[in-house]
Amino acid sequence: MMNNNLFNYTLHLADTTLILGQRNAAWCGHGPVLEQDIAITNISLDLIGQSRSFYQYAATQKADGSTEDSFAYLRSEREFKNCLLVEQPNGDWAQTILRQFLFSSFQHLLFQQLQNNKDATLAAIAEKSLKEVTYHLRWSSEWVIRLGDGTEESRNKMLKAITELWPFTGEQFIPATYEENMGINLLSIKEVWLKKVTDILTEATLQVPENIFMHTGGKNGIHTEQLGFILTELQYIQKTYPGCEW
Amino acid sequence: MTEQTSENVFLQKIEAEIKIEPKDWMPDAYRKTNIRQISQHAHSEIVGMLPEGNWISRAPSLKRKLILLAKVQDEAGHGLYLYSACETLGITREETINDLHSGKAKYASIFNYPTLSWADIGAIGWLVDGAAIMNQVMLTRTSYGPYARAMVKICKEESFHQRQGFESLLVLSKGTEAQKQMCQDAINRWWWPSLMMFGPKDSESTNSDQSMKWKIKRKSNDELRQSFVDMIAEQIKLLSMKLPDDKLKWNKEKNQYDWGEINWDEFWNVIKGNGPCNKERIAARSKAWEEGEWVRIAAKTYAEKKINKQVAV
Repeated sequence: MMNNNLFNYTLHLADTTLILGQRNAAWCGHGPVLEQDIAITNISLDLIGQSRSFYQYAATQKADGSTEDSFAYLRSEREFKNCLLVEQPNGDWAQTILRQFLFSSFQHLLFQQLQNNKDATLAAIAEKSLKEVTYHLRWSSEWVIRLGDGTEESRNKMLKAITELWPFTGEQFIPATYEENMGINLLSIKEVWLKKVTDILTEATLQVPENIFMHTGGKNGIHTEQLGFILTELQYIQKTYPGCEW
Repeated sequence: MTEQTSENVFLQKIEAEIKIEPKDWMPDAYRKTNIRQISQHAHSEIVGMLPEGNWISRAPSLKRKLILLAKVQDEAGHGLYLYSACETLGITREETINDLHSGKAKYASIFNYPTLSWADIGAIGWLVDGAAIMNQVMLTRTSYGPYARAMVKICKEESFHQRQGFESLLVLSKGTEAQKQMCQDAINRWWWPSLMMFGPKDSESTNSDQSMKWKIKRKSNDELRQSFVDMIAEQIKLLSMKLPDDKLKWNKEKNQYDWGEINWDEFWNVIKGNGPCNKERIAARSKAWEEGEWVRIAAKTYAEKKINKQVAV
């Protein structure tokens, strides 16, 4: 019998990486400088690649003819289990950078744990992805520092991005029901994560906000209004022309 | 060395098929022609990201999304090599890009046409990249070294894109009625603009003669265009689709296809800025550049601060 928790957790990992990949992809052709246009597109390619691995694994668990694409293209907003953080708008370069940093710093720690998971497939995907995530973390950390400690304008934009995004960082550490027996210790991740983020923000002459209200819901399918628009665009062709090969 | 001797050395190199390198003496007009052509080529890569980029968010499967994203990213990489090749001729990337935004520099007019359906992505890969390759294969032998070397790398990726485009249309051509229609419609809309990519007829081409003598160009617009028609007219048979040209017919004696006439009014109009998307394309590029200015300044300021700190230590 299918393990529902494992299945939902796999979808959560898949949805989170897909939605952030989709968001980052919108920069392709519109980046602030050609080299960074290429870099953010690379990150998008990595994330969507990771989502495919997770969706493919979910499909083998379900074993009812579901495919990576049926999961990505035919489920509704309420069925998506991504964290709220990754569906937040691209905003300006500061907001995109900070979103990436807040996520990559978490994903890096999560995948370090996950690579030793008792579930061999999840462990293998995490291990394979860690090299990519390490790069995403390095790249986004460098940009956080550069923008925080750059000009007054870039610093102000980073401050605004922190205000916008920080309330979406708490959710990552609160386990959904399906995460509880996955062999992941989110509390220990939280501690290390906060230290890493504090170090980088401090180097960027910025501060970690304190006593901020945290939004939750994404992991259980209660999203911000953003996700509906993302999925409308993402799923448009499959929903307009059902049942086709592409 | 006198200018006369320098010019002789230059011409002897051209004659002997020795590449001209950045530090070599070259006639001003040779330098200018290369700057014009390479920067135009770089801009085409960058502006070309926009019509295809339109469909990244809407690609019909995750696999197609990754293929398209990687393809558009490749175009950015091509732009980067070409801007670098251009810099070897003494013009900065900023100057070159400003010329694009001000309208002084041109880019391939084909990108002023809209991408209206998913099939357009396949059609661009197959026809537009296909036409570009005809030109670029020739340019791997162009006389300016950095340009020729950039082209070798670019050609490899472009031929991969062309195969991917064709394969994506092949899937549509075997699909439902709606997919077949989408495929034919895209071919109808992209065919003539693709033929226009080779530029004006030889009899009307102002830059061609000197470029041929200097071996910047090695085949004429009409020669390249004909090879393209001959290639595509065969490939389309595998798609069971039609090219939108009643006059297209194999000519046994000439051993090539006869075909109809390009709408030259449309060609000149799009060049003059009256294509369906000329304004949007430049606006999108200018917006990205202007909105990225604070980022570039911040990066530069931070880098300077870091150097100063190191010096202080």
